[in-house]
Amino acid sequence: MSSSDYDPACLPDLLPLYYRRLFPFAQYYRWLSYGGVQKSYFQNREFSFTLKDDIYVRYQSFSTQNELEKEMQKMNPYKIDIGAVYSHRPNQHNTVKSGSFQALEKELVFDIDMTDYDDVRSCCSAADICSKCWTLMTIAIRILNRALRDDFGFQHLLWVYSGRRGVHCWVCDEAARKLSAAARSAVAEYLSLVKGGEENVKKIVLTDPIHPFIGESLSVVEDYFTRYALQEQDILGRRESVDKVLALVPEDVRRELQQFFQNERNPEKRWKLIKDQARAKQTTAKKRHFDKEIMLQYCYPRLDINVSKGVNHLLKSPFSVHPKTGRISVPIDLKDLDKFDPFAVPTISLICEELDRLKPEEEQTKSEDSKEKENEKDTAEKRKNRDYKRTSLAKYVKHFDQFLDGLARSWKGELLRKSDLQKEF
Amino acid sequence: MQFASRKKKLVSNPKTELYTEPLQFYGQPPLENISLSEFEAFAVDRLRLLKTVENSGVSMVKRGDDYKKKLESELKALDFPYREDVEEPEKRRKDHISHFILRLAYCQTEDLRRWFIQQEVDLFRHRFKGLSPKQKLEFLHKNNLQYNTISGEEKEQLKNELLNSSHGVSGVSLEHDFYKVPFQDALDLVRTRKVYLKEGYAYIPQSEIVAIVLNDFRTRLSKALALTARSLPAVHSDERLQPLLNHLSHSYFGQDYSGQKNVGKISLEQIDSLAGKSFPLCMRQLHKALRENHHLRYGGRMQYGLFLKGIGLSLEQALQFWKMEFIQGKVDADKFDKAFAYNIRHMFGKEGKRADYTPYSCMKVILSNPPSQGDYHGCPFRHSDPELLKQKLQFYKVSPSGVNQILELVKGMHYQLACQKYFELTHNVEDSAFSLSHPNQYFIESQKLLGGGKDVKRETETPQRSQENSAAKGPAAAREPAAVESQHLAEMTANLETDFLKTDF
Ligand code: SF4
Ligand SMILES: [Zn+2]
Repeated sequence: MSSSDYDPACLPDLLPLYYRRLFPFAQYYRWLSYGGVQKSYFQNREFSFTLKDDIYVRYQSFSTQNELEKEMQKMNPYKIDIGAVYSHRPNQHNTVKSGSFQALEKELVFDIDMTDYDDVRSCCSAADICSKCWTLMTIAIRILNRALRDDFGFQHLLWVYSGRRGVHCWVCDEAARKLSAAARSAVAEYLSLVKGGEENVKKIVLTDPIHPFIGESLSVVEDYFTRYALQEQDILGRRESVDKVLALVPEDVRRELQQFFQNERNPEKRWKLIKDQARAKQTTAKKRHFDKEIMLQYCYPRLDINVSKGVNHLLKSPFSVHPKTGRISVPIDLKDLDKFDPFAVPTISLICEELDRLKPEEEQTKSEDSKEKENEKDTAEKRKNRDYKRTSLAKYVKHFDQFLDGLARSWKGELLRKSDLQKEF
Repeated sequence: MQFASRKKKLVSNPKTELYTEPLQFYGQPPLENISLSEFEAFAVDRLRLLKTVENSGVSMVKRGDDYKKKLESELKALDFPYREDVEEPEKRRKDHISHFILRLAYCQTEDLRRWFIQQEVDLFRHRFKGLSPKQKLEFLHKNNLQYNTISGEEKEQLKNELLNSSHGVSGVSLEHDFYKVPFQDALDLVRTRKVYLKEGYAYIPQSEIVAIVLNDFRTRLSKALALTARSLPAVHSDERLQPLLNHLSHSYFGQDYSGQKNVGKISLEQIDSLAGKSFPLCMRQLHKALRENHHLRYGGRMQYGLFLKGIGLSLEQALQFWKMEFIQGKVDADKFDKAFAYNIRHMFGKEGKRADYTPYSCMKVILSNPPSQGDYHGCPFRHSDPELLKQKLQFYKVSPSGVNQILELVKGMHYQLACQKYFELTHNVEDSAFSLSHPNQYFIESQKLLGGGKDVKRETETPQRSQENSAAKGPAAAREPAAVESQHLAEMTANLETDFLKTDF
């Protein structure tokens, strides 16, 4: 039942079951139609499927929930990506005069991937993650969630586990969906602090005074730094990792600290020495922030800016399966963020198994249902709605439902406001 | 546009009345009748001006003193209104008309529009900043630009946040007004974190008002260009204007380093030694990273792949080259064929919209798409820590005084000059007789000096001639006359397709 039971070879057998009985189509459709204000909104949305053997099929689009369901059940995609809402139906893009087929809107999205932290985590590398480095994702979500809400005023943020080693954020506010490419990149750059590639050692340079946004972000990092960086990653323990940290402080301070460290082995006390130095070396004319710079370089979220910039960029869909781990891309409930455990996210094999286990009981219900002489499609519909509820997927779909309710309230509010205005005049 | 098609209608406005303002938003097109020769002369001058704006922006600190001086002297030399100029309706007229002519030439593709808007915005910023405070207010008033200011109470409440947000804005104090605008209207300030943001609003100190005005200017210009583009067929049917306009827009692309003439002149075995001798540092760095890691991320593949194509690798060679490296890494042959080969054929215009990509210029490398985690692309003079750059130069046996000279140039943000200095030092020439603007140019110049010039032919100097030459290129020529612009349009859409591939690797 644990994730280790997932075998990628079984995926082709499991997917049909998943799309037939478990995938939350109703919620999914409710999300992407955004209240149905604009009928074409769902219809002009691009989906892309990755099929067996890495075959990509772009520019899929569907007119109704029913059509989407049928197609997904027919094609059984290994992976689903969501793209932009276009000026025309994406599946007809070849018939439109070139140039007039344009991406118009999309959620503002963010992609944070653990591989981008390889130079600052010692527990794992590349695609591997563990509960220690997962803290980095927790920090990332906290920081970005706060900034997107408080600084940018967005309210409808859907955070999703990518299924393997990262998280995605979908900002679904109307204003966010309408942002231009220039605005998207401005937001992403505002939120990016870690700069530079493999040819840069020091990736964060703070200038004085410290912008309120950075101040807020630092206070989030502070909540985790001692436990995560000093204790778990032990960045001030082993020789090489100490050298890496000291490479980030100015030369004069570095020499002094190296001296101090010879008599002080305790990481937390070493950290205190660094902080003291930062304060001591501070003159009124020039403040020094190297302690803060270290904290941020080790913990600040690393965004893949290119994903956020383009209106037409594709991003893996919520409730898509990760073909390598078998885990479902599930929404993350921020109320329990610190308890979110990527290894506890259900795999497709687990939920399919749970479905099987429930068979006898379900068999019963079925016969009762048919006695009620309900329309057959209805019955199937109802059964499917109940199906996911009997698996570990339920709590994630429930959270998704709550998110959608929030969205719905926002446009109801908008409608009310409009009618109020009308009354006034 | 209008004024071109209404040429027959003679409107002789007393120019002095028309041009009372030192700076304008270019809201109204000129309606007067002008001769074809004046049309051309104005256009060429403005193009020169915009090129100066572009080049100064790369080689100097934007908004710095050198930059200001350079632009002022160019405005003066080309007879455009410049700062000390009090009242010169003739110059203002030229400013007005030439702007609209270039709109016609530069509205045709997304790429051209982007370039034009960027230069016009920079020019506008320079000129707006030159206005006196009184003139600035007048400008806002005349153009109906009204922005909300915040109350004293709100200012007091947000005191710390406001002061801590305006780093780089010298002399911000709470005595001045703060404007509150939706963050979308102040993107440049948001991007650089120069303003305080709260609930979707940006709080902008009065001294930064130029940012909002510019934003307005940019939005209007971009809308206007889209409109102009739609009315273009009419202009293009004018056989006197069309060649002229095409010529104008082509001159933006400059030299052609696409390398079609050199195909097959280089063997794969030569690459390692060429990398040491004749590659600029940016490409040498990519080459080294590729050999060591057997992988490059998307940005690196594009920058290096196109460069290699430019020095003469054929598609077959390129496929072989990349595959040989990648399969030593984490990618097997099958995955390479499925995922990466597409990317490479794409560079050679064999996939997707069949666009032929051109190798990146220094400007593009330096300004766009900076490297992030895991990336080796970019320009080492711009994107490396000075300390690492220093070590690298030492490692490549540059003398200590040479290293210092280079680092000095880097400090002054003269990246291309630094690179050229490196060229001179490593090729033992006092004064290289070219001005570096392209990694492929670096390569060609190096080969010339090292005697490899016969192998790798030099491309032509001027855009006009490169056009002519390409017309005689044989098979490729079939596509050429369709104008570079359509190629670039195709590149835009092709980009759209590769976006998808970008993240997956
Ligand atoms: S200046 Fe140009 S050629 Fe030189 S390293 Fe930078 S990008 Fe490459
Ligand atoms: Zn780990």
